Amino acid sequence: MRVDGKGRIDRAKPLEFTWGKERFTGFEGDTLASALLANGVRLMGRSFKYHRPRGPLTAGSEEPNALVTVGEGAAQEPNIRATMQELYAGLTAQPQNAWPSLERDVLGLNDYLAPFLGAGFYYKTFMWPKSFWEKVYEPFIRRAAGLGALSGAHNPSRYAKAFAHCEVLVIGAGPAGLSAARVAAEAGLDVILADESWEMGGRLLSETEEIDGQPGAAWAAAEVAALAAMGVRLMTRTTVTGAYDGGVFGALERRGHHAPHDPERPHECFWRIYTSRAILCAGALERPIAFPNNDRPGVMTAGAVRSYLNRFGVSPGTRVAVFGNNDSAHHTARDLLEAGVKVTAVIDSRPEVEIDVEAPVITGARVVGTKGRLGLEQITIEEKGAQRPLLADCLAVSGGWNPTVHLTCHMNGRPVWEPSIASFVPADSAVPGLSVAGSAAGVMDTFGCLKSGASVAADVARELGKAPPEPKAPRAGSAVYRIEPLWHVPGKGRAWLDFQNDVTVKDIKQAAQENYASVEHMKRYTTQGMATDQGKNSNVAALAILADATGRGIPETGTTTFRPPYSPVALAAIGAGAQGSGFAPQRFTTSHKASTTRGAPMVEAGLWYRPSYFPQTGETHWRESCDREVKLVRQTVGICDVSTLGKIDIQGPDAAAFLDFVYSNLFSTLKVGKVRYGLMLREDGHVMDDGTTARIGENHYVMTTTTAAAGQVMNHLEFVHQCLRPKLNVSFISVTEQWAQFAVAGPRSRELLNAILDTEIDDESWPYMSCGELGVAGVPGRLFRISFSGEHAYEVSVPARFGDSLFRLLVAQAEAMGGGAYGMEALNVMRIEKGFVTHAEIHGRTTAFDIGLGRMVSAKKDCVGKTMSQRPGLLDPDREQLVGFRPVDPEATLLAGAHLYADGAAPVAANDQGYCTSVAYSPSIGHHIALGFVKGGRERLGEVMRFWDGLREVDTSVEIVSPVFLDPEGERLRG
Amino acid sequence: MVKLIANSAAEGLLPLEGPGVTVAEPPMERLTSLAPLHGGLEAALEAAHGLALPKPNRTTGKAGVRCVWFSATHYMLIGPEPDASLSAHAAVTDQSDAWCRVALSGPRVAEMLSYLAPVDLREESFKRGHTARTLVGHMSASIIRTGAESYELFVFRSMATTLVHELEEALIALP
Repeated sequence: MRVDGKGRIDRAKPLEFTWGKERFTGFEGDTLASALLANGVRLMGRSFKYHRPRGPLTAGSEEPNALVTVGEGAAQEPNIRATMQELYAGLTAQPQNAWPSLERDVLGLNDYLAPFLGAGFYYKTFMWPKSFWEKVYEPFIRRAAGLGALSGAHNPSRYAKAFAHCEVLVIGAGPAGLSAARVAAEAGLDVILADESWEMGGRLLSETEEIDGQPGAAWAAAEVAALAAMGVRLMTRTTVTGAYDGGVFGALERRGHHAPHDPERPHECFWRIYTSRAILCAGALERPIAFPNNDRPGVMTAGAVRSYLNRFGVSPGTRVAVFGNNDSAHHTARDLLEAGVKVTAVIDSRPEVEIDVEAPVITGARVVGTKGRLGLEQITIEEKGAQRPLLADCLAVSGGWNPTVHLTCHMNGRPVWEPSIASFVPADSAVPGLSVAGSAAGVMDTFGCLKSGASVAADVARELGKAPPEPKAPRAGSAVYRIEPLWHVPGKGRAWLDFQNDVTVKDIKQAAQENYASVEHMKRYTTQGMATDQGKNSNVAALAILADATGRGIPETGTTTFRPPYSPVALAAIGAGAQGSGFAPQRFTTSHKASTTRGAPMVEAGLWYRPSYFPQTGETHWRESCDREVKLVRQTVGICDVSTLGKIDIQGPDAAAFLDFVYSNLFSTLKVGKVRYGLMLREDGHVMDDGTTARIGENHYVMTTTTAAAGQVMNHLEFVHQCLRPKLNVSFISVTEQWAQFAVAGPRSRELLNAILDTEIDDESWPYMSCGELGVAGVPGRLFRISFSGEHAYEVSVPARFGDSLFRLLVAQAEAMGGGAYGMEALNVMRIEKGFVTHAEIHGRTTAFDIGLGRMVSAKKDCVGKTMSQRPGLLDPDREQLVGFRPVDPEATLLAGAHLYADGAAPVAANDQGYCTSVAYSPSIGHHIALGFVKGGRERLGEVMRFWDGLREVDTSVEIVSPVFLDPEGERLRG
Repeated sequence: MVKLIANSAAEGLLPLEGPGVTVAEPPMERLTSLAPLHGGLEAALEAAHGLALPKPNRTTGKAGVRCVWFSATHYMLIGPEPDASLSAHAAVTDQSDAWCRVALSGPRVAEMLSYLAPVDLREESFKRGHTARTLVGHMSASIIRTGAESYELFVFRSMATTLVHELEEALIALP
């Protein structure tokens, strides 16, 4: 219910929203949780395992219970904490993990089975029979388990990611954070202040405490304004989620959660913040106490009750009882009374404590039970051995406060037990460059937090070489925080520790009993500390109970490892910009537009897009286009963009010596104006890449690589130069992007070129494997007489700015001659007809010997990989060697990936003789042809083998033939 | 005689306008990579073009000619045809067509680039005349600060479409 005169909500701005099937009204400044509580709704979720009815336990990001699904349709987002969801007009939220409704949830049955479903139940039960796991158990458990669900549709939300740089990152804008940021900014440092809420101030927004005579929230607002004026970068709605090496912090900014879904604006932004120093002022999280049936809606932390009352103007109940083991709980009673809410009792577990409140006080007592099926109605108090009931629809519980140490543990730092506050505090220097101030460091009073923030920031400023300002001491409360540990109240019924994973005190004890006594084992056995809240509410209490059960102290028991992220981060935010085609940059050739205009479907080659084929009117199947394109190259002339092949410009007096070392064959003997095919080995002696290299000057070569391996080859050259041959004076640079290069292939290629070259060429001036510079339609270009098709062919290149124009010109010329453009399919068919290898054959496990190019490893010199290529195992005549396959039945279809067996042999692994790497239908020959590897294949020409692909049901016979199907003498090349 | 038409790398893709940011493609200029080979490049560059070789992450320049540090082993001479004397001291390679260059100007350029590039572009860290080889989105890039509110960006020519797309996305991300 709303409480008049309380809260930071704007009552002039009512907001309508939908919860489940009902419509409600809240106010600007509400969270979904506070607005629901104001409307008398306490039941907001069902627990993970037993489907117990649950309401909000907290008012912050640590919320384990009130998880809801926000939004509708494809953009619906599950597992949103209602305590973090800002209210906006038209907000739609649905309960999750309940069917048919939150009030009547069928799987609530699980709760009756609880005696059988304790810790380790799955591990013990679903072991047998083994075959049941995949077919029966797992599908069943998957259906039953889980929290909310995604829509199953493509996520239409936009996400962003960004980088920020600063000198001091202050994490958390409570009293400590605000005063730290102020000191750092006044010292002249570049400061970022990040806070997970939409309003800065931290606990000051939730408490009635005063600073310098004004309400804490007003003081915070003034400080924030001052920081903004000083140029501090204020990042609200931003949770720092991880601490990483080198002063890098990850942070999630919620950009669109507080407004209707807008696909045009980022929903979230994931930041990487690079900082010289960081100050963690993340405060502390209040922990509940484990007593029987402590999980009913209406039971919440005492601090959360104050948040709802003081920040949101809501009392979570009309008759509130307070139960605690420390003085901070008493504030809740005082604030409620002051607001006119009935407080039925203040129960303190400590026998000797003076409590100054105008309500019934019961000391040395405990809450041992609760009643109320869908919400708290009554509690049971035990005092001096006697139990009595008490009516209460809200119970504010405080078991003490745990410093928020999480970020300090992200680099394997372990927090240190601090008995005075019965909790863990961060270890010194757990994360390099990260200091801790305020409650996160165990300081539990406001004055202390202000002082701690200022003094830590002053130290940081001095370490960064700046003079901090004179220390100021605002007046604020400095009450001593007194606590006596109380982890568990025994009694009849389950005492819940981890609300999110339904882990009880009994589960922890059972884990200890079954020798899962290490804290990490206990966590995995019971699932305590997992899921969205990562044990923020339960960790310390669970450790204390485990310590007790194993007869060790809490410090000896230790903590589990806190890892990033501190609170959940959507993968969509981390991967912002990488959805769909954003996954990788797209590289387009200069002929891209001309090709797509011609309707060419594109295939990806690395990051490049290349035309698959160029369909013509009437062609209904790619094979028709491909066959036509092969024929036009073989009969007239074809044009193909080959710019994507890597081109590396190599210069220097030692260029020749360098190439002799990286290539298996000789390049120092190549004459200027000539091109040679080269083979490059990896250090382990296998083939890395192949390509042609042209010598265009005495000390100037241009190397080509395959499209896919261009980057790898460049890296390799750098490695060889820097590490293996550092004294060679040579330099290289990629010129792949500088030149647009086109293959002009076919018996009439020279005729076509002579129409556009500035100087006519003939066989004498440009014999096979020659190269040089010459004018191309008035532009300085380069011409290489090389061929990947087996035809009389050239590659002509011009600066990329002319690429589009030259491609259009070449294709127009070719078409006028009866030729045309050809794509990757035709290119592949022609190279298979000629037996040229690609990375389908030089796939990383083959040697020069295997592909029949053993003689290319020159005996006259050393090269990278030579020695290793001579290992006996790599020269074994029984190794799988490159061969061609011809189908015995000319109508048969061959498929790459098929395996080969002796004729009539069973297709089992033991009989495997080799495999097929490339296939094509050869229009020149009139049937399928294929390349592949067969054991000792070069000696087996003529042998008929079984060609079998069990996946795609191909079982046929092939004859082993030479891999060169067409023009083995190379007469057409020289034509 | 046929004549080939020259297209710039981002032909038809720019300009682009956003809140506090203008993206345009500057006129094509001669780009020449210089990789020292024999020593003496510093003096040769000074003599031929009146420029010092820039230190790492810096540029040098005067009217009509600039030299940009481009990697541990390469410099980029922007503007003039390289003087023939440079070839005696360096591997000289034409790169005029290898890069897509865009000029960014406006008060929010650095902020927009923070959505794309991991480098520190704050006023005091990245001053006029500074340069960095870094990433822009997933692309390898070079960023130069050319003025108080102006920057120049280089990515591979083939990635022009992706660059413009990334810039559009970054403009949308600006709050």
